[in-house]
Amino acid sequence: MTGPGSGELEPRATSLFGDEEVALVDLLDRLLAGGVVLAGDVTISLAGVDLVRISLRALIVSIAPVERPGTLAARAERAELESGRG
Amino acid sequence: MSDTLTYVYALAHGVDPGEVEGLTGVGGGAVRLLSTDGVAAIVSDVDRAEFQERALEERLEDLEWLTATARAHHHVVDTLGHDHLVAPLALATVYFDDERVRAVLAENRDAFSAVLDQLAGRAEWGLKIYARKGGGGGDAGEAAKPRSGAEYLRARRKALRESETSLDDAREAAMEVDAAVTELAAATRSHRLQDAQLSGQSDPMVLNHAYLLPVERVDELRALVASFADHPKVRVEVTGPWVPYSFAQAAQGAS
Repeated sequence: MTGPGSGELEPRATSLFGDEEVALVDLLDRLLAGGVVLAGDVTISLAGVDLVRISLRALIVSIAPVERPGTLAARAERAELESGRG
Repeated sequence: MSDTLTYVYALAHGVDPGEVEGLTGVGGGAVRLLSTDGVAAIVSDVDRAEFQERALEERLEDLEWLTATARAHHHVVDTLGHDHLVAPLALATVYFDDERVRAVLAENRDAFSAVLDQLAGRAEWGLKIYARKGGGGGDAGEAAKPRSGAEYLRARRKALRESETSLDDAREAAMEVDAAVTELAAATRSHRLQDAQLSGQSDPMVLNHAYLLPVERVDELRALVASFADHPKVRVEVTGPWVPYSFAQAAQGAS
């Protein structure tokens, strides 16, 4: 390869010959795209992997722990008390 | 039944077993080389329980696992792709054991050699093109406050129409860029458009392509993309060089 590290495209360049981080989404575009050379013995459909859905779920999961354990239960109990006997 | 499976990262030409020594793959496994005459497979052992069909399908939905696995895969392929001709495989290409990999290599040797030959002296570049918001028209509509509901709806409809038009314009411009880059490229492949939530860009993506380019044409690509830098309708983003992830395909389906 000629002159990696020179020119304007390289700073954006993230992969081959570079130590810079590759944007995960760009990497997954490539790693999940079907039609590659080998099928493998374990056959799974990578084409069906929906990153938007996964990342939304990941967001939900990462938000969830903020709610302290017991809080939901306590709130439900309170609501029950208020509506039932209030 | 062994409790590992053989994970295949890439097919390669001319890699010495010594060159993969010390390289760590998915799940921390040591990277090895399986050779038949001509084509070699870069592999490592992975946990069978983790990569069995059912488990794997679930894992793929786990962003943390997916991230770690993708990065580990990329690390191996990218490291070896630095000095060698490699045909990277899709994520999680696994075989029951080394013998199965050797058998597949032997069976498809000619097809794999052809794939590798096609990649020689070439690298992959990515182009992502976004519609510029407002398409140069500006958002003057925001300034004047509507005086009635009907006026608001009229303005709203006009804005929607305009954004549709500007998206169409952007798509058209993207096709122009694509046509120009395709002239430089040995092959083109389109990837799915990234949702704004994934791209992190507020501008909608209108094109997401990979191009296989002879390495000596990189300067031409650079000049070409620069010539679109001030395009009023679109913003062009380049990534690469990548190992040729999008182009490790056999012309006729190998098994």
